[in-house]
Formats: sequence, C-alpha cells, structure tokens
Amino acid sequence: MTDLTKLKIAEARDLLKKGDISARELTEAYISAVEAADALNAYVAKTPEMALEMADKADAMIKAGGQKGMTGIPVGIKDLFATKGVHTQACSHILDGFKPEYESTVSQKLWDDGAVMLGKLNMDEFAMGSSNETSYYGPVKNPWRAKGSNNDFVPGGSSGGSVASVAGYCAMGATASDTGGSIRQPAAFTGTFGIKPTYGRCSRYGMVAFASSLDQAGTITRDVRDGAIMLESISGFDAKDSTSVDLPVPNFEAALTGDIRGMKIGIPQEYHLAGMPAEIEALWHQGIEWMKAAGAEVVDINLPHTKYALPTYYIVAPAEASSNLARYDGVRYGLRETVEGGGLVDMYEATRAAGFGDEVKRRIMIGTYVLSAGYYDAYYLKAQKVRKLISDDFKRAFEKVDAILTPTAPSAAFAFGEKSDDPIAMYLNDVFTVPASLAGIPGSSVPAGLDANGLPLGLQILGKAWDEETVLKVSGVIEEAAGFTAKPEEWWR
Amino acid sequence: MGKYIVQGATGDFEIVLGLEVHAQVISNAKLFSGAATEFGAEPNAQVSLVDAAMPGMLPTINAECIRQAVRTGLALGAQINKFSVFDRKNYFYADLPQGYQISQFKHPIVGEGTVTLDLADGSTKEVGIERIHLEQDAGKSMHDQHPQYTYVDLNRSGVALMEIVSKPDMRSPEEAGAYLTKLRTILRYIGSCDGNMEQGSMRADVNVSVRRPGEPFGTRCEIKNVNSIRFVRQAIEYEAQRQVDIIEAGGKVDQETRLFDPNKGETRSMRSKEEAHDYRYFPDPDLLPVEFDDAFIEAARASLPELPDHKKARFVEELGLPDYNASVLVAEKESCDYFEDLIAALAKKVGKDVKDVAAKASNWVTGDLFGALNKAGKSVTESPVSAAQGADLLALIEDGTISGRIAKDVFEIMFETGKDADVIVEEKGLKQVSDTGEIEKIIDEVIAANPGQLEQYRAGKDKLIGFFVGQVMKATGGKANPGLVNQLLKPKLDG
Amino acid sequence: MSNIDKATVAKIARLARIKIEDEKLEPLAGELNNILGWVEQLDEVNTDNIEPMSSVVDAKLRWRADEVTDGDKQQSVLKNAPRGEYGFFAVPKVIE
Repeated sequence: MTDLTKLKIAEARDLLKKGDISARELTEAYISAVEAADALNAYVAKTPEMALEMADKADAMIKAGGQKGMTGIPVGIKDLFATKGVHTQACSHILDGFKPEYESTVSQKLWDDGAVMLGKLNMDEFAMGSSNETSYYGPVKNPWRAKGSNNDFVPGGSSGGSVASVAGYCAMGATASDTGGSIRQPAAFTGTFGIKPTYGRCSRYGMVAFASSLDQAGTITRDVRDGAIMLESISGFDAKDSTSVDLPVPNFEAALTGDIRGMKIGIPQEYHLAGMPAEIEALWHQGIEWMKAAGAEVVDINLPHTKYALPTYYIVAPAEASSNLARYDGVRYGLRETVEGGGLVDMYEATRAAGFGDEVKRRIMIGTYVLSAGYYDAYYLKAQKVRKLISDDFKRAFEKVDAILTPTAPSAAFAFGEKSDDPIAMYLNDVFTVPASLAGIPGSSVPAGLDANGLPLGLQILGKAWDEETVLKVSGVIEEAAGFTAKPEEWWR
Repeated sequence: MGKYIVQGATGDFEIVLGLEVHAQVISNAKLFSGAATEFGAEPNAQVSLVDAAMPGMLPTINAECIRQAVRTGLALGAQINKFSVFDRKNYFYADLPQGYQISQFKHPIVGEGTVTLDLADGSTKEVGIERIHLEQDAGKSMHDQHPQYTYVDLNRSGVALMEIVSKPDMRSPEEAGAYLTKLRTILRYIGSCDGNMEQGSMRADVNVSVRRPGEPFGTRCEIKNVNSIRFVRQAIEYEAQRQVDIIEAGGKVDQETRLFDPNKGETRSMRSKEEAHDYRYFPDPDLLPVEFDDAFIEAARASLPELPDHKKARFVEELGLPDYNASVLVAEKESCDYFEDLIAALAKKVGKDVKDVAAKASNWVTGDLFGALNKAGKSVTESPVSAAQGADLLALIEDGTISGRIAKDVFEIMFETGKDADVIVEEKGLKQVSDTGEIEKIIDEVIAANPGQLEQYRAGKDKLIGFFVGQVMKATGGKANPGLVNQLLKPKLDG
Repeated sequence: MSNIDKATVAKIARLARIKIEDEKLEPLAGELNNILGWVEQLDEVNTDNIEPMSSVVDAKLRWRADEVTDGDKQQSVLKNAPRGEYGFFAVPKVIE
C-alpha cells in the first residue's frame, strides 16, 4: 500500500470517491505521522480522537453521496482560529488554558464540508513574527535542511506550524493567516503553496485578531490545485464579520485551466532591491520567461510607494494590535497574575508582563505610542494616507495588467537566531508581501526552485481584488513550468 | 429672568455650564451584539461572546440604534451626518471587556442642533447641541460584595448609548435642570430613550466653570454620572461655590473630573482614577463607516410624533388652552395622548368641535385627574379612569345630566372602582334635576322657609341670591341643574 | 525625529498596562527609537490632500435587524474565567 500521507488533497478526494480508501484510513495514517513528527514542533495540540470521529462522519457523508472537496481530508488548524473546546491560544502564554465556547467561521466551514481536524498548529505569538521564533511553545523547525547539513532552519512565519505540517506530511492542508505575509513567506520557505485571498473573502469571525484591517485567512497546501479546493471551502460571506463581503465564491479549481495566453503580467520595477541575492533575481527572471513561454505578455510596471510599505505596515499593524490585545487582561479568560497586596491595575500589569513575549510587547508599545496624544497625526494618520497611496498604486497597475509577478521573499529560509536580535532585519523579510496586505488584494506563493543550498524559493503572484481565480491560474502555470518535485529528507521521522 | 450670580467676597461670578447626557437607546438588542438590553436579568445572562470580548469576536451594528440616533437628531433640529465613523476609545477597566469602548469621535452621526428651555418664569431660552454620537455602555463593577474582590457583571456591556453634548450655553442650575427636563421630554416623546434616571438609562456629566462677568471662560471641571435632575442642580451649586472660593483665595481651578456625593451634597476629585488617561482614539477597523441616504433620513423624520413645543403652541393657539394647562400637558407625551384621546371622544359624544370642549377638559385633566393620580402615586398610563371614561364623565356634565359638583363625586367613585360614569350616576341616583316644575316647587318652598333673607334681598342685598341657590341645591342633594336654578330663582326673588 | 526617553517608555508601558522592570526601560527606549526612526522615512512622502484609508474593502457597513439572537449563556461566558463567583467575574479590587 502506498503511503497515504504522500497523497495530495485532489488525489485523496478521488480515491475516497471511488471507495479505494476511507477517511478513517487516511486519518489514521496522518495521526501516526503527526505522532512521529514531534521534532518539527508543528502541533501545539493534537486531537486524534476528534479526528477519528470526524473521519467516520466523513465516511458516512461520502457513503450518502454528499462528498465535497474537503470531505475526509485531514487538516491542521493554525492556533489563532477558535476551535470549540480545543486549545486556542494564538501560541501566547497569556491565553493559557483557553478553550473557546465557539468555532471560527473558517474552521466551521471545513467541518461542514467534512474535513478532519488533526490538531492546532504552532505559530508566532499572535502572528507577530516572520520565523515562528516568537511562539510561547517554541519555534517550529523547517522540514527542509540545506544539502549535506543537519542544521535547522526557520520555517518562516507567522504560519510556521501550518507550512511545516504540510511540507512535513503531517497534514494534507492547513489553515493559515496573513497580516503582512504570514502565509506567503513561510510557504516560500518550505516549498508549499500558500494563498491569501482578498481581504473580506474569508470571515475573520473567531480568528484571534492581530491587526484587523490586515488579517485575512488563507491556506497552505502541497500544490495549487489543493489550494484552490481548500480555499473554496473556507471562503464566503459571513454576517458575523462586518468586513466580510457578500459575493459568491467562484469554483476556484475550475480556474486552473493552465491557459494564460494573452494575459498581461506586471513586473514591478521597485521590487528590484539593491543587495538582493542573485539567486532571487535569477528565479524571478526565470518566472518571467515561464510567463512568456506560456503566451502571456510581460509588462514593466511601477508601484512607486513600494519602499514605504514596510514602515507603513509597522505603524498600522502595531497600532491596531495595541488595541486588539487590550482584551487580554486576566479578567475573563487566560492567564491571571496577581501581586500580593496589589489591586486591579497591578493584576493587569503583572498579567500582561508575564503573558506577552518580547516581540508582542514591543509592538504593543509601538502601537500605543503612535496612537497617543500628540503623535496620532504624525504616525498613524500619516501611515493611513501612505497606505492609500500604496493601494492606489495597485489600482493603477491593475488597469494595465491582470496579475503581478514578484519574488515572495528576499531570501530563502534562514537559521534560528539569525535575525531575532534585530527587529528591523526581521521585518525586512516581508518587504515583498506587505504591500499586497496593505492593499487587501489576493496573493499567493508558488514553489519555483531551490537555492544553492537546496532550500526552496517561491514566486509571488498578486491579483486584483476579488480575482483569486487569476492568481490561482497563473500560480498553476508557474507550478507546471517549474516542475518543482524536490522533497525534504524526512529527518524528523 | 434674573441672572444667576455667585456672590464672592471680591465680586460677582457667573456660572458657565455644558452638559453631556448619556441616554440609553431604546432597542431590543445591543449596539453591536444580539444580546438583550432588558433591565434586571441574572448577572452575565444578557451577554454574548461579543460583549464579553472573547478572542476573535466581532461587532455588527444594530440598525435600530442608528435610526434612533437619527430620529433624536431630527427631534433636536440637528444636522444629520450621512457619513459617520466608529472609533475605539482605549482604556483599561474591569467592566470594559474589550479594553476599548466603541464610540464616535471625529465623525459623529449627529451634528449641531437646539433645545428650547421652558423656564419657571414662563420665558424660554435656546441651548445649542454640539453633537450626538453613538457608543457602547460598559458593564458594572460591584465593589461591596466581597472583601478582596470586585464583581463584574457585563449585562450592560454593549448596550447602545447616545451621548448628547450641549454647548456651554447654560448659566444657572435652573437652566441645567430645565435643559435635562426638556431633553428628557423630547426623548420620551419620540421613544428613543425612556429617560429613566433612577435606573441609569439617562445620566449627565456636567461641565462647570465660573468667571467674572465679561471675562473669557474659566477652567472647567467635569462632574461625572449625575443621576437625577435635583442632584445636577445641587452639584452645580456646590461646585460653582467651590471654584469661586478657590479663585478668591488666589488659587487656580484644576481641570479635572469630579464625582458628586449626594449624601454629603459635595463634589470630590476623581483624579486617582483619571491618572494618565490618553484614549488613543482611532477608527475601529472591525467596522466600516456608517452611511445612509436622504430617504433613510426622511423615513426617520416621518416616524416622529408631534414634538412638545409644537404641541404646546397648537394647544394654546388652536384649542384655546390656558398656557399653564398646555405646559403641564405637553411635559409628558402620555399626558398629551390621554388629553387628546379624551377631547376627541368628548367632542364626538356631545357633537361639538374639539375647540369648544378642549379648554374645560384641560382643566379637568390637569386638575381633578392629575390631582387624584398624584395622590395615588400613579402615572397617567396607570390611570384607573381611561380617556374614554373621562370623556363620558365630562359629556354628562356637558349635556346637563349631572352638575360639575356631582361630577367630582362621580369621578371619585370612578377612580376607586373603575366603573363607568353613567353606571355610577344610575346606581346612586345622581341624575341632575332639570325638570322645571320640580325645581320651581323646591324654590317656592325655600323662599317660603326663609322670609327674612327674602326681605333683605329685596332690600338690595343682591348677594343673597347665592344663599338661595345653595339652599335649593342642598334641598335637591346637589342634583338640581345649577343653570336652571339660577334662571328660575331670580324672577321669583324679584317678585 | 522621535526621541523616546526612559520616562516616555515608562509612560507608554503604563498606558499599555505592561509592567516593565526599571532596568529594562533604557534598552527598550533604544529599540523603540530604532524602529520609530526607521518608520519616520514616511515623512518623505507627500500626503497633502490624500484621504487616509478608511476601509480596505469597497463595501458599505451592513446593518443588523434589532432582534435578540444571543445571550442567555452565562456558563459559556464565565467558563474560561480565572475567577468567577455567583455568576460574576471576580477581580482584585481597585486600589485608590
């Protein structure tokens, strides 16, 4: 019998349909794989009993002729999606012991379609990080290692557990969230496909908030088709989220025609960074050639405010976070630290000092400062104006092109500790992903090659608001052209 | 009216007052969640996971609260903003679960308007409204239930409030009281707030400053959460005197938040709680701006009832009511509703125009009825005598079935028993005697029995006619038609 | 150019209700100054007459009907409370 954990979602779907495999068998295989992969530290909570129950339900659904794309598919859920009665802490100490009495809309949609939950996935604390090193539960290890080396690399962040579980055969797909690149950058670091849809496509209900105007759910899968299947499952209007938009969800898989002839692909000149590794430039160039070969027209475009995206992001996101994280106060849930003889304020200060990690504290402090009296206009208001300019840059560009092609990240995965002492160096990792987050447009990262050390690299495709179909279509063409078949050595088994 | 002056040792001071009134919007559900707003539930029973600020919970706005704010703005003749924005006001407190209050800061839903005050001397004064914005209420902290712990109940958390901010246009405790009274009347008329200050559905923050006449505004203190009109007046009197004393002693008034202690009749500083407040307002990214069109505003306008100022003018000018009666009636919408129902029924019953019965009926409603209700501690909506029953009673007077005197007795029985007037009149045999022959017979008997008084009358003591009327009424047990008695008596006395 | 000193860090920490030990204020001031110095490159951008971004999605706020659809779940609300008593959340008293 073949190793069921090597199947893609689309393949498993077909085998399930034919009755060649059962959801229970598939789930059991994954439960074993998860058990064997503790070295990756991808899961912070495992739910094998629930998984088996859900698998049996899925088998019944299939039997009754009600199979959907995700029916019987074992998935991992990023720890910031609320799962009823199950560990939900956004990998923060401050949410110690929190088990919500509710389910996030995104995970509920998966369960409604018959998907199977394997557990909760590690991440940077409150999704604040680009290397998964800020998790209270310790960093996730990248399943990929450099050729001939036993050194560990970061998986990227913040969806580090999501990408490691998928690349490490511990989940067929995983939910993830993207605030400034938290889906696309880790996907690029692990040779997985990550897609962040348009802001408003997936409900934020039940998703622990980091920066509300930027947070958007998405998926990590092993290929583009799987991404289309899983994204379709979690998308859709939700009246419980005022920023969710009431638009029909297209059949995303149907968009994968492989035909991009006549399509215009924009190459933003501002993304040619000084000092960017030659390998990244080369990969990008290769991508352009693939586009041309597939019959698309490649057009140079300008996104003049690109260089201001990161500073804008590092005002807007911390500002929103400082307010969103005010609810973690030790009163209603999670950690409570009291001070002998102290009162309410002492409890707040002690709880938040003990409960938040350094990066979270740093961002709360920045956010509090930029909103405070006398600084609001100079920082927050200014940033929201620049954000408008960045968004307008994209609008203008999309008058001329159908999609934009860029590298996903300025480097391949890096070593632990390499950037964790220098916040700004860490922030620069998101230089190519942040602009699309600020504009709320959809974007993906497709595995496109390996660097000289044998670590994966990704290309980013950006599309117009609500045009995930084009993003997926172009992603599919890149995937096909790249023929990315490299796999990590399964050292963790 | 006379200017309100605080006399200091070094001269006179004038008070400058502005009020921020928090009025709870009448709605079934909360501003941003589907939990109920009802009063008096078990602790934390009217709380959704949104109100408790569970991680990942999001606000969705209640249409009715927007409509009520717009209606309120229209009732105050205010600018309605078709674009408004919800902001977060950030601060920590145990009963503020999100760590911020969703409010409106830069772009409120309602802009400038006016309230016309009715002052005790019959004069009026206009007070400007600066703005009205929508915001969430906080929960409730109870500090006296446990020696070490404060108990927190989130039932109020998320209930919609309108913050109605006046301009600093008031100059005396009386004006502040009249402002609150009038505002409360208007809100109750339109049904956007029940105005119940005891239950906290209407609370006032009072901004007080003093200055010597002609000087610019002084430094103001804000007295928080005063929950009765009487306390507002007391707090202002105390606070104004306190500020004058400071200034006269050569000191400076600190701009601060203060609390009124009704037991001591004093205000005291809340500074310890206020320490380092910096609310860090910014637009709530979980919500989009609130937008609506003219059609929405017009529909809200069409839903407004006639407002008290307009009603009063109509009562006086069209229905000929005495000014005082009109003022008493319009103070409460329920009183007006009762009165208008009553005169409509009465006019129909006696076949006259409402104009011709309204003034008299207003005397009865504001006098007999309100007197009895007051004594019984009942509101007009709890009246044991309905408007239709009142109309029946007045119709009996109007058509001569009973006299006004008898009507008072009948009303007393109606008020006690809830029976209809005609039933009581029938049962007790109180029908007015309007039979000319019968009355003439009694007059003759009375004249015959009082020859001395007759002589005096004929000698020119005209006033004695009253004595004879009284005797006739007494002889008939008050049932004789007084008009008829007068009419028949005079010729007989004159001989 | 921002220049956050130790006292400012203490003030922000107080506003954010995060206890920061005295000896950590100085290093944190340095970190925050670095980040703020870096974001201040936005000053180069001319934003005259530019409206700030008010919402990411081009949509109107949806209004909910005024119906009671939630609440009546005291147990759920209190389930994760570090301390709940008699249906209330219990917190240390405010010390004035």
